[in-house]
Amino acid sequence: MFSLERWQEIFETIRKNKLRTFLTGLSVASGIFILVILLALGQGMQNGIAKEFERDATNRISVYTGVTSVGYKGLNPGRFIEMTNADYNYLIEKYEDNLEFKSAVYRIWSGILTYGKESGSYRVEGVYPDYQFLENESLVSGRYINYSDQEDKTKVVVIGNKVKQDLFGDTDALGKLVQVNGINFYVVGVYSDPGGEREETRVFVPISTSQRVFGGADKVRNLGFTLKPKANFEATLAQSINFSNEIEAFLKERHLVAPDDTSAININNTLEDAKRFYDLIGMIKLFFWIVGIFTIIAGVVGVSNIMLIIVKERTKEIGIRKALGAEPWSIVSMILHESIFVTAIAGFSGLLFSMGLLELIGPNLQMDYIRNPTVNFNVAITTVFILVLAGALAGFVPAWRAARIKPIAALREE
Amino acid sequence: MIAIKDLHKSYTMGSNSLHVLKGINFSVEEGELVSIMGSSGSGKSTLLNILGMLDEADSGTYTLDGTPIKNLNEKIAARYRNKFLGFIFQSFNLINYKSALDNVGMPLYYQGMKRAERTDKAMAYLEKVGLANWAHHMPNELSGGQKQRVAIARALASDPKVLLADEPTGALDTKTSYEVMELIQGINDEGKTILVVTHEDDIAHMTKRIVNLKDGLIIDDTKINQVRAASHV
Repeated sequence: MFSLERWQEIFETIRKNKLRTFLTGLSVASGIFILVILLALGQGMQNGIAKEFERDATNRISVYTGVTSVGYKGLNPGRFIEMTNADYNYLIEKYEDNLEFKSAVYRIWSGILTYGKESGSYRVEGVYPDYQFLENESLVSGRYINYSDQEDKTKVVVIGNKVKQDLFGDTDALGKLVQVNGINFYVVGVYSDPGGEREETRVFVPISTSQRVFGGADKVRNLGFTLKPKANFEATLAQSINFSNEIEAFLKERHLVAPDDTSAININNTLEDAKRFYDLIGMIKLFFWIVGIFTIIAGVVGVSNIMLIIVKERTKEIGIRKALGAEPWSIVSMILHESIFVTAIAGFSGLLFSMGLLELIGPNLQMDYIRNPTVNFNVAITTVFILVLAGALAGFVPAWRAARIKPIAALREE
Repeated sequence: MIAIKDLHKSYTMGSNSLHVLKGINFSVEEGELVSIMGSSGSGKSTLLNILGMLDEADSGTYTLDGTPIKNLNEKIAARYRNKFLGFIFQSFNLINYKSALDNVGMPLYYQGMKRAERTDKAMAYLEKVGLANWAHHMPNELSGGQKQRVAIARALASDPKVLLADEPTGALDTKTSYEVMELIQGINDEGKTILVVTHEDDIAHMTKRIVNLKDGLIIDDTKINQVRAASHV
């Protein structure tokens, strides 16, 4: 296998048969290339979808209210349902053991924040300390709202990174006083959100403060929960769906909403959405795998075909070589050696080329739902080996048969 | 050098069995230059192929340089061919993507000789057939006569016991044929045993012995006075 003489012989054959070598190589290289790109796209889609869900905790259950659409117990449709602190307190007490994070939200839609000469309109939300985790936020500086803020109804505010940039520019925001709708609040923290700028244009204050200062009384605009994960995803999902159904039923009963009313109480279960998306991604990835595998099979068939033609074309040469004293095994190994060498080189160039392309384009790809397409290197390299092996196997049969041909028959072939 | 006793060979073509060789008895001494003649279908090529271990006999014995040639597997046949025999074909059978030099070096490659040594030796044989200047030309850049000379150099390269030539002049014009025969005679003069299959009388008379085959049997085997090819050129 490593005899220098053999290598010289093979390089010479390759050099003298460039087109044949090129065509063999091309079918292998393109097979690998297509497979790698497909697998990378699958991964990219998964990354993209995962990114979409990163905005909030992936197991978040949100509850918000709306207007009733059907009449119930003598009440007209068109009633606006509002939740209260009592609803929230009842739920967190009842599900205390199951809940991981929880928060009620009292929201003012148009909050004007002013600092010095700068001002802007942002969403102002009164929340509990847990809300940080429901929104999947991380602090850039300072702290989040805490329970003593809650108890004392202090006028503190946590602002988004974008808000900080808008109002404070590069200067430090912590400890500064900003006016929220004309009322002074201390900035205690700045947060960032993986959801990007849109998610960072919000400011948070303690819910108790907001209810008092902005005239909310005991009203709550929406609720957010996450549940403690169970041992496996299926159990977690089942628990989550069960929980959604229970709170929906509870709220409907308490606020006199018809059980078949679909607009008054809305529950958004991220986990359920996530499952649906991940199932879809799973299907897409499976599809890409199938396409990829068929591409590889096509590549293998291509290589086998070319090997068959090569052997056919070289029958006479094989006859001559045998007449000159070539042993059958030396014929077989010569052909296999050449084919393995060519397919391996071509396979790795296809791999390098596709990986290079991914490196170059991948990180710059600005598309919704496709993000940083990458491929598992081990998978790719295994595929190359499979293809090389398959090519060798496919070449073996015709090579073996050719080596068995009586030299006289091979020589007669014109 | 060569001893053959009661050699039989038949080919099956569909349901018909064609009995090509019907009991050949034949021997060749070292240093002989023998021509095997016969019309087409007489079995002369079949005989040569069996002698060349390219084909196998159905029955009979064949001894080459004291070695019984029987029950050969492919591997041993290949080794014997390389060691004992040099082939010259009507259609030259050069490997068309290899230069003249590399073609001549092929048998040496299969002997496991190193490249440098191989090239030296191949070059020496090309010189011997007068083609040293054409060493790096491809077969398609050579004339028919030159191709056959390369083939002869290749047949000689492994220094075989016997040269087997199957219609070596069949694809050449008369003048070139004589030149090739002159070369073959020269090689024979140096003591090499050579068998030539031909159907041309003038070529046969340039050998030292004519064996006539008809319908799978030797009908005539006579030693003749050799006509030197040089006298025609």
